[in-house]
Amino acid sequence: MLYIVDRRKNPTGKSLGNRQRFMRRAKAQIKKAVEESIRTRGITDINNGDQVIIPGKTLKEPGFHHVRRGGNRDYVLPGNKKFVQGDRVARPNEDGGGAGGSKASPDGDGEDEFQFTLTRDEFLDIFFEDLELPDLLKKSLKQTTAFRNARAGFSVQGTPANLSLVRTMRNSLARRIGLRRPKTDEIRDLEDQITALQEKANKRPSGKLTKPDDEKLHALLADLENAKRRMKSIPFIDPIDTRYNQFQQIPDPNTQAVMFCLMDVSGSMSEQMKELGKRFFMLLHLFLHRRYEHVDVVFIRHTSRASEVDEETFFYSRETGGTIVSTALEEMKKVLKDRYPTDQWNIYAAQASDGDNYSNDGAKCTALLAEDLLPKCQYYAYIEITDEREAEIFAAAEGETALWKSYAPLAAVNPRFSLKRVTKAADIFPVFRELFAKNRAEAKT
Amino acid sequence: MSTSSHSKNTTPAPAPEPSEPSEPSSKLLFNGADWDFDTLKNTYDAIEDIALNELKLDVYANQVEVITSEQMLDAYSSIGMPLMYHHWSFGKRFVRDDVMYRKGYQGLAYEIVINSNPCISYVMEENTIVMQALVMAHAAFGHNHFFKNNYLFKQWTDADGILDYLQFAKRYIAKCEDRYGFDAVERVLDAAHALMEQGVNRYSHPEKPNLAVELERERERAKYEDETYNDLWRTLPQTDTDDQDIDEIQRKMRIEERRAQFGLPEENLLYFLEKNAPAMQLWEREILRIVRNIGQYFYPQKQTKVMNEGCACYVHYSIMNSLYDKGLVSEGAMMEFIDSHSRVVFQAEFDDQRYSGFNPYALGFAMMQDIHRMCVDPTDEDRKWFPDIAGNNDPVETLKDAWANYRDESFILQFLSPKVMRDMRMFMIDDQSASPHLEVAAIHDDNGYRRVRRSLARMHDVSVREPDMQIVDVDIRGNRQLYVQHTEHEGIRLEKAEAEMTLGYIGQLWGYGVTLQAIDYKTGEILHETNYTPDDLTAA
Repeated sequence: MLYIVDRRKNPTGKSLGNRQRFMRRAKAQIKKAVEESIRTRGITDINNGDQVIIPGKTLKEPGFHHVRRGGNRDYVLPGNKKFVQGDRVARPNEDGGGAGGSKASPDGDGEDEFQFTLTRDEFLDIFFEDLELPDLLKKSLKQTTAFRNARAGFSVQGTPANLSLVRTMRNSLARRIGLRRPKTDEIRDLEDQITALQEKANKRPSGKLTKPDDEKLHALLADLENAKRRMKSIPFIDPIDTRYNQFQQIPDPNTQAVMFCLMDVSGSMSEQMKELGKRFFMLLHLFLHRRYEHVDVVFIRHTSRASEVDEETFFYSRETGGTIVSTALEEMKKVLKDRYPTDQWNIYAAQASDGDNYSNDGAKCTALLAEDLLPKCQYYAYIEITDEREAEIFAAAEGETALWKSYAPLAAVNPRFSLKRVTKAADIFPVFRELFAKNRAEAKT
Repeated sequence: MSTSSHSKNTTPAPAPEPSEPSEPSSKLLFNGADWDFDTLKNTYDAIEDIALNELKLDVYANQVEVITSEQMLDAYSSIGMPLMYHHWSFGKRFVRDDVMYRKGYQGLAYEIVINSNPCISYVMEENTIVMQALVMAHAAFGHNHFFKNNYLFKQWTDADGILDYLQFAKRYIAKCEDRYGFDAVERVLDAAHALMEQGVNRYSHPEKPNLAVELERERERAKYEDETYNDLWRTLPQTDTDDQDIDEIQRKMRIEERRAQFGLPEENLLYFLEKNAPAMQLWEREILRIVRNIGQYFYPQKQTKVMNEGCACYVHYSIMNSLYDKGLVSEGAMMEFIDSHSRVVFQAEFDDQRYSGFNPYALGFAMMQDIHRMCVDPTDEDRKWFPDIAGNNDPVETLKDAWANYRDESFILQFLSPKVMRDMRMFMIDDQSASPHLEVAAIHDDNGYRRVRRSLARMHDVSVREPDMQIVDVDIRGNRQLYVQHTEHEGIRLEKAEAEMTLGYIGQLWGYGVTLQAIDYKTGEILHETNYTPDDLTAA
């Protein structure tokens, strides 16, 4: 009469479909709540899920119900302490306090707001909704992906190198047994018996065998001939036995990306400007992290010299000196060559600078970018961080910085390269969106 | 909780460990809190022995399924069913319960039980063995017996077929989503859910769901209409109201004829729409039917909350005590049981912060225990009030008869004794909207018992609790306006905003205008009217 079933190993998340439908339903509200939440919290803890509160109105499930109050009604309550028949009690106030005693239940009609927790993925999906990595799709379509061989069973055709011995021999053996091909041992055995008989004949004075032996010899000779014939006509390995290992080419998608952060750390970059750069890098990192399983980050800082450093040094240690941007590009080229072959890595780069550069360096930078770096990069973003007070000056076209001047022509022709100006923290997100906006490619081409 | 085999407390009952031979506790089914499947099985067997041989319960075969808390949350959100189609409202319930659970505002139920054959009870792995025993006694025998024997369940639900039907429903709706898109299906489901409470047959016998027969009938009807089509009819005046020359009687007869044609008035709104909405696709009709059938399946549970829980609590209480009397469970286990039990049957008083209406477990259990008491140890008062059962010395049969033949409303009306009313200190409030005060109309005394009891019974009457909605007319020759009527009792109106939204859903299914009329149940006069035209609907 009893069955006990252990369901604990069953796949969980049975109501995932329901959750997704719920998210779809409340999409607009959730999105609004997420945007609000992004505005209020630091960008560093963006990598977590979040609790969102959305108005319950759109999630209302209406029905025909009686009003809770009004009309003439009677009801019974438990826990009488002092009332007797005929007592009058003041009507409890609207929210159900007083004699009613109860608050509106949380799932009842008093439900105005609906609170729940988004997972990190859901949160970020919404955060990134309109963004897309530039040309990512194109890349994945055109990509000369690396292939990997995977076993895919056996085939009747193939190159000899792929011959599966075990399978072939198994088939051969089965066929040989099935067709009664004599074994070598059996033939040798027959031959031995014949030889024995013939020797026996030679030993006898007559040189002849007794009659039964003679008959036996003849039978053996016939058997031997028969066996040899069979052996000849039934091959040891027939083409129908052969089996070859089959391999399939499985595309090995590139699931790793490296992100280069290049920043000018010379004295002209204030802490505040570096902070802005940091935010941009973080956002980019987060974004790449969404798309790739594994993301490496390389920090290259430069003054008049460039070096690869760790994150801490990158953001917080000060350097003095002039500004030669091409050193950083050289360094990046070197790191790329040493550690990140393009067939294994998706390469992204972001450069933050205040736009200063050594006056003769511009041409070298452009050349390095156009010839060495951009062809290897999926995307190269340059953001120019300018002081708020200077922003207005730079808004005028002639106020361009040295670096901007050298980069601008390149950006105009190369869709993988883009430039933006940022003056305050609030600019980061819009700029980021603009850089990665879905329709960027369409707009440019 | 780990159920690994090295757990030291999991001794199967038939083979007492030699290390504790002097203890009389060698008879114990279990020790401590941990459990494994052997312990579970042995405990179940002991419970089954008591349930079948002492209480003589009549149950479906049992299937006990052990699940994790996450799976329990899953089951919660899809109205306790193991299989359910997808809908956002279940997702909403899930995320809400999830938040409540994770924050610790709300515990999870120890079990969920499904009215199916075999009867499936879900138990959580976190439960201690004492809780598992309690849960098995409660669900696998208490609820199970009730499901199998109560007349409402017998009449309205099909325990053998429900899981197959849900499987069908889930597949069907998934298929519709594939074919017609999420949005189209969601619109129909939203509308159908809004009308779920008005989608049950309350009085007649339900027909067995059979789409093939329905389709055949539909085809025949269409064929008949084609054959008998007469173009002349088209030239007749369009609406009834235009026929000024037709006298009043004839017009009334026409209306009657029309109503008869559509089987009006019809209280099953979903049924009416499924069969008669002019513009609906077949798959939309089938979805309405699915929602209707599921609503119908749950309708008996809505009407028997107090009895169902009372029955289950009585059964688990009796079984656990019997286990203890036989020395099969320890005193410690009994203490744990009593702790859980008393929390389950706790009734907050009306002025308590925790009060949110009568607790069906508390009321049900109190009444069952009281019936038991009256059967074996009646007072003079009981003999006067319940001459049939007082002192009959057969509490189990008396209870089983009650469980089989009543629903909450009739059960309370029949069996609520003055003692329970006194114990729970019930009093009745009369709330007249014209009066600035509430009046205590009756309390737990000789003058008041009957009135309190009647009022409490009415509170548990689903047909009183839920509004009386009917489709009364269709202007089929005119603009196809549909007339929905709410019969208003004692000035208790519908929740306005919700009613308007729901009306919109009816309009969406119907495809033409809908009028909601509220009429007074005494005079029949129309109190107020709300109109919906398709334009409003599309704009909404």
